[in-house]
Amino acid sequence: MTPRLEEVWVYLSATPLLGLTLTLLAYHAAFRIYQRAGFHPIANPVLLAVTMLASVLLLTGTPYQTYFDGAQFVHFLLGPATVALAIPLYAQWPRLKAMAAPLAIALVAGSLTAALSAWGIGALLGASRESLMSLAPKSVTTPIAMAVAERLGGLPSLTAVLVISTGILGAIGARYLYRWLHISDPAVRGFAIGLASHGIGTARAFQTGEQAGAFAALAMGLNGLVTALSLPWIMPWVERLLGR
Amino acid sequence: MIAALTLLLVFQLIGEVIARALALPIPGPVIGMALLFLTLLVRGGPGEDLRQTAGTLLQHLSLLFVPAGTGIVLYGDRLANEWLPLLVALVASTALAIIVTAVVLQALTRRRASSKGAQQ
Repeated sequence: MTPRLEEVWVYLSATPLLGLTLTLLAYHAAFRIYQRAGFHPIANPVLLAVTMLASVLLLTGTPYQTYFDGAQFVHFLLGPATVALAIPLYAQWPRLKAMAAPLAIALVAGSLTAALSAWGIGALLGASRESLMSLAPKSVTTPIAMAVAERLGGLPSLTAVLVISTGILGAIGARYLYRWLHISDPAVRGFAIGLASHGIGTARAFQTGEQAGAFAALAMGLNGLVTALSLPWIMPWVERLLGR
Repeated sequence: MIAALTLLLVFQLIGEVIARALALPIPGPVIGMALLFLTLLVRGGPGEDLRQTAGTLLQHLSLLFVPAGTGIVLYGDRLANEWLPLLVALVASTALAIIVTAVVLQALTRRRASSKGAQQ
């Protein structure tokens, strides 16, 4: 690099402007592709944007922390966006209330399946204990999953990556599972994807309709609650029982 | 829009304070969501401003997961060693969680609908 270019790079790599702008540019491009693909689930915008950004970081040798100094402004909005989920929830309240008992039973069944099957399959295939404990809370929203993983002795930042991968997988695969199972009720579809794939599943559900979105938001919030309260008790017990 | 954004942040802040003060395992924003929901139930639905701002934020919810997802670059080594168990566990358990939840909920709501139909 010529000295002038090097100076520009020194400036850019020290300012949050670059990380923030790159995040928005990558998402914008990813969303355009998603749109062009007729909102096909495989063209998931999170997957596309993360792939682009990870490639840029690896190719330029930029540390993740430097990137995150800028991207944190976008990351921060997860908080108010989570609070904002109260609004679609309120809009669907009459239907939610009418389905309270079935929702509660499906919630407990789904929540236990998500955590125990991830742990069990990972354990059978020989994943390390740290990875298993990072894997168990993978179906719930990032901040809860990170807190739970830390309590269980996992790695919170690895959990964040596993949580987002789970979200992308659910957003991509749910449509095919529903087709196979002949499930067409948007309330059921939304609830299951929100439970298994938290915010990214909820984002996908909102793109298919408001009712599915609201049920997804409800499932995400409730599964976060159930997982945060139950896993710190259940996982040590499961480990002792199965001798790992 | 600014008023609505302020309201969302105020609820998040109250949620964070409660979570920390009571040492709850639930994150502040989730408590904030529950409190805002209860407020809407008690005081009536959201105004136009709040509805629009929430709509804008939620429409691009996917964007907000991109920075954390890019953190995958930190785990090159672990993923190289453990990618198979992690990938299989993620794919299979995500599918299982969706199937179990959807089938249970579908069965329960259908049974209800048919027993209601029988009563009428």
